[in-house]
Amino acid sequence: MAKSLFDKVWDAHAVRDLSAGQTQLLIGAHLIHEVTSPQAFGMLRELGLKVHMPERTFATVDHIVPTDERAEPFSDQLADAMIKELRRNCEEFGVTYFDIASGRQGIVHVVGPEQGITQPGTTIACGDSHTSTHGAFGAIAFGIGTSQVRDVLATQTLAISKPKLRRINVDGELQPGVYAKDVILYIIRKLGVKGGNGYAYEYGGEVFDRFNMEERMTVCNMSIEGGARVGYVNPDEKTFEYLKGRPYSPKGKEWDAAVERWKALASDPGCAYDDVVNFRAEDILPSVTWGITPGQGVFIDETIPDPDEVGEAERDAVTEALEHMKLKPGAPIKGTPIDVAFLGSCTNARLTDFQEVARYLRGRKVASGVKAIVVPGSMAVGKICEELGIDRVFKDAGFEWRGAGCSMCLAMNPDKLVGDQLCASSSNRNFKGRQGSPVGRTILMSPLMVAAAAVTGEISDAREVFGIESPTLVGA
Amino acid sequence: MALEKITKVEGKAVYVPGDDIDTDRIIPARFMKCITFDGLGEFAFYDVRKNEDGSDKKHPLNDPRHAGATIMLSGSNFGCGSSREHAPQALHKAGFRGIVAESYAEIFFGNSTTLGIPCFTAGRQQIRELAAAIDADPELTVELDVENEVIRCGGKEYPGALRDSARNSLLSGRWDPIAELIEGTEQVDELARRLNYV
Repeated sequence: MAKSLFDKVWDAHAVRDLSAGQTQLLIGAHLIHEVTSPQAFGMLRELGLKVHMPERTFATVDHIVPTDERAEPFSDQLADAMIKELRRNCEEFGVTYFDIASGRQGIVHVVGPEQGITQPGTTIACGDSHTSTHGAFGAIAFGIGTSQVRDVLATQTLAISKPKLRRINVDGELQPGVYAKDVILYIIRKLGVKGGNGYAYEYGGEVFDRFNMEERMTVCNMSIEGGARVGYVNPDEKTFEYLKGRPYSPKGKEWDAAVERWKALASDPGCAYDDVVNFRAEDILPSVTWGITPGQGVFIDETIPDPDEVGEAERDAVTEALEHMKLKPGAPIKGTPIDVAFLGSCTNARLTDFQEVARYLRGRKVASGVKAIVVPGSMAVGKICEELGIDRVFKDAGFEWRGAGCSMCLAMNPDKLVGDQLCASSSNRNFKGRQGSPVGRTILMSPLMVAAAAVTGEISDAREVFGIESPTLVGA
Repeated sequence: MALEKITKVEGKAVYVPGDDIDTDRIIPARFMKCITFDGLGEFAFYDVRKNEDGSDKKHPLNDPRHAGATIMLSGSNFGCGSSREHAPQALHKAGFRGIVAESYAEIFFGNSTTLGIPCFTAGRQQIRELAAAIDADPELTVELDVENEVIRCGGKEYPGALRDSARNSLLSGRWDPIAELIEGTEQVDELARRLNYV
C-alpha cells in the first residue's frame, strides 16, 4: 500500500500503544538548549533517573547568549547562571554540548542540520516550537514542552498522538524578489494561524523541488505559526548533497547505504492524505505582516485592513492588532517608518539568506536613525560569511555584525526593542512584546525586504529598492 | 508513580477574552530566565496586566471579584506560538486547575495535560454564556466534569469536550506519562537496536 513519508517514519519509530491511547514514539535525535532544559534535568534528579541514551542528545546555547560581549561571565547574571547550569547538566549526564568555545554554537535549528545530526527518516524532538525546521530534511520533528524533554532524556521516547496529514502543493514559478519567507507567510495567511492544528504538513510541488535546503528550512520552520506542529519536505538529491561530509553524517559505505534508505522514504505516489491544498507560485508576492499574529499579513502593495470593512468575526482581532501596531486602517503598509532592522533567527539567518541580501546591499547605506543588526544563525554561518567577505558588505552598509544566537527574535539576551520601536524583522513571530518591549512592534518579512527597509528607513518593496525586474512591475 | 485521578475540577472562574492568545502573552520570554518553574505564577499575563511602572492595568485577572479563580475561560487557538511549558506552569502556579476555550494550540494542550490541567473545549456561544454568568455572579462555581465531559455552572449544564487521550489519562491518573514510558524501556531498546541509524 502506498504510504506517506510521515506514516513510514511514524510506523518505524512507534514502540507501542499507551493506555490512554497515545503512541510511545522513539526519538532518534534530541536537541536541547538552555531555556527549556534545566527544569527537565531537575526533574531527572528528583526522580533519580539517568539520561537513557546520552549519545542521542545534543546541546547548544542560543536563546540567552549575548551577540556582542560573548565572554563568560555574562553581564546578565541570570543568563550566566543558565549557561552554567546547562554546562553542569551536560557534564553530569554525559551529553554533547556545542558551547561557544567549540565554534559550533548557534541556534539549535541551524546547528542540527549543519552538524549533520538532522537526517531524513529520523524523529527529532526539541523543547522549542521551531523544531519543525528539521522537517526540511524529511525528518519528523516535534516541538515539545519541558516535561517531554524530561521524558526524552529519561526514556528516549515521547507519549504523543498521531496527527492528520495535509499535503500543501505550491506549483509554478516564484517571481524574482519573492522568497521562501513569502511562501510561508502566504500559506499561513490562507490557511490561518490555527489551520494546521492537529495536522502535520507535507510541503511539495515545483517550488519546493527547486528550493535549496535553506529555503525548505525557512518554510518548515514556520509551520507552527500556522498551527502545524510538524512540517516536512520529502528528501531528494539536494537533501543528500547538503548532508554529505557533515560531522555527524554517515561516512563511506555507511553513507551509500544511508542514501539508499533515504531515497525509499519519500511519500509513495498515490498515498493517502487527510487533506490536500494547492497554491500557485505566481499568486505570491513580497509580503509583510501588519498585525500581531503571523497570519495578519498583506502583500507589500496592499493596504492595512480597516476594522470597519472586515467581517464581524475578525473585527476585534484587527482592532486590537492595529491599536498595538499604531497603524492607520486603510493606509498603505509601504512607507511605514521603521526604527530597527533585524536580520536573524532560526527562520532566516543561514548562509544563503545573507548571500542573497549581500548581492543587493553592496554600495548601499542603512538610513540614518535606523539601528540595523545581522545575527548569524550559528558560529559556522558567521565564519563562512567572514571568509566570503559577506560580513564586510553588511558592515560597510552600516549593519552591526554580531555573534550567533536567537537575539532579537525573542529578546532573551540584551538585544531588545525599546519602547514602541518598530522593527522590520526576518524572524518568525510578531506577537505583542515578542522583541523585548511590551509595546514594541514587529513587522515580519523576508531578509531582502528587511534590507530594503533598512536602507530606505521605511517598509519598502525590495524589488523597487534594489531594481529587481519583476513581470508584475512592467508597465505597472 | 501513582498520580491523583482527576475526575473533575471546580472553582471560581475568570474570562480572558480573545483568540490566538499566544504563550508569549501568557508568560513573556524575559521571565523564562530561570532554572526552575518556581515563582512563575506572579508573572502570568504580566504585560497585559501591568503598566511599565508595575501598576495594574484594567484586566480580568486584576479584577478583585475574580480573585482566587481556578478556572480560565478564553477564545480559540489558546496557547499558540512557543512550546514553552512555562506558560501552563505559570497558570498552574497562579492557581488555575482547568481551562475552557474554543480550541487550543497542540503543544500547549499536551503540556497542560501533562500537568493535570484539563483543557475543555466548548462553543463560542457557550463560553460567552458562561462568561456572562460569572460576570453577573463571580462567586459562582464552574465545574469541569472530566468523566462526563460536561461543564456545570449556576445550575446549568453546558456541553464540553476533552480529547479521548487526555480524558483517559486524567481519569486513570496517568496524565504524566513518565512512569508508563519507563515501563516500555525494554521494547524501546530493542527498537533502537533494530533501527540503528543515528
